[in-house]
Amino acid sequence: MIWEVELVLFLFLILTAIVALEAKDLLIAVVTLTIFSFTMALMFTAMGGIDVGFTEAVIGAGVTGILFIVALYQTTIKTND
Amino acid sequence: MKYAKILILAAFAGLMIYGSMGLPDRADPDNRMHQERSITDTVVAGSYFIREAYNDANTPNMVTVVLGDYRSIDTFGEQVVVFAAGLICLLILRKFRPV
Amino acid sequence: MREQFESPIVLLGARLLSPYIMLFGIYVIFHGHYSPGGGFQGGALLASSIILIRISGGRIISRLQIREFFTTPLAAIGVIVYFLAGFVAVLYGGYFLDYEALPFPGDLSPAELRYYGILVIEIGIGIAVMAILVMIYDHMARGEDYV
Repeated sequence: MIWEVELVLFLFLILTAIVALEAKDLLIAVVTLTIFSFTMALMFTAMGGIDVGFTEAVIGAGVTGILFIVALYQTTIKTND
Repeated sequence: MKYAKILILAAFAGLMIYGSMGLPDRADPDNRMHQERSITDTVVAGSYFIREAYNDANTPNMVTVVLGDYRSIDTFGEQVVVFAAGLICLLILRKFRPV
Repeated sequence: MREQFESPIVLLGARLLSPYIMLFGIYVIFHGHYSPGGGFQGGALLASSIILIRISGGRIISRLQIREFFTTPLAAIGVIVYFLAGFVAVLYGGYFLDYEALPFPGDLSPAELRYYGILVIEIGIGIAVMAILVMIYDHMARGEDYV
């Protein structure tokens, strides 16, 4: 893997993690966490663990986002802190 | 208080980067985990799974062979854990309809 | 933001997309010997294709596909398939989950017996993971006919 691409992925990973922590709207936080999971899957694929990357892309970017959004619609959208 | 939080996070990131400098390179065949003898001079598996996975199970993908054949009881335990998690979700979140 | 209403465009898009996701999930399960993938990933893909119909269509439409009470026995069947693949090997004189003792028909070498044993347990894992993820979604979401 070219190291410039890995550096860009690392910076994107840190950016999405900070946005997911600091967002007031929890729906934005869930969508950003999905982007974080997909970037993580790209990192795993770049390091050679293709099976782990596939699992991360399916579970972290697919099913977990759906379950988080369903849980949000049962509770509140806005955070308190 | 906010600056203390950022300082602690930066210190922890520096510690992790310093620790990751001692890791071996990726895909180096002379690594410690590929040797036939461990540090305490006992016989370990080494790179047996990489060498013999195709001959043992006739399957090119060695991750499937390790998960499904060599470590299959581990995968069975994982399956039971996932099933127990589903049953707990059923018991806690079940809808009680007043019919 | 919390009220629910029907959208025919979303339902049409989900109906177009869902069979291809399901076909790719079955491909991932059965082609896991040669390419990345396996039972867990394929089962999660099958579950996401079913959950897509459940999100876009609501419970009345999604009852036509898989009923709610049908997911729990399906999860138990998946785990039982895995357990029987190990227990039949014990009955035929091998260790637990030792695929060389499985009584597959035909004259097969031990490597080919292990090949088909891995295929059987991957199918069990796929069924169990699909049913469990759909079951968790069914019990979390409250549809339009919730009282």
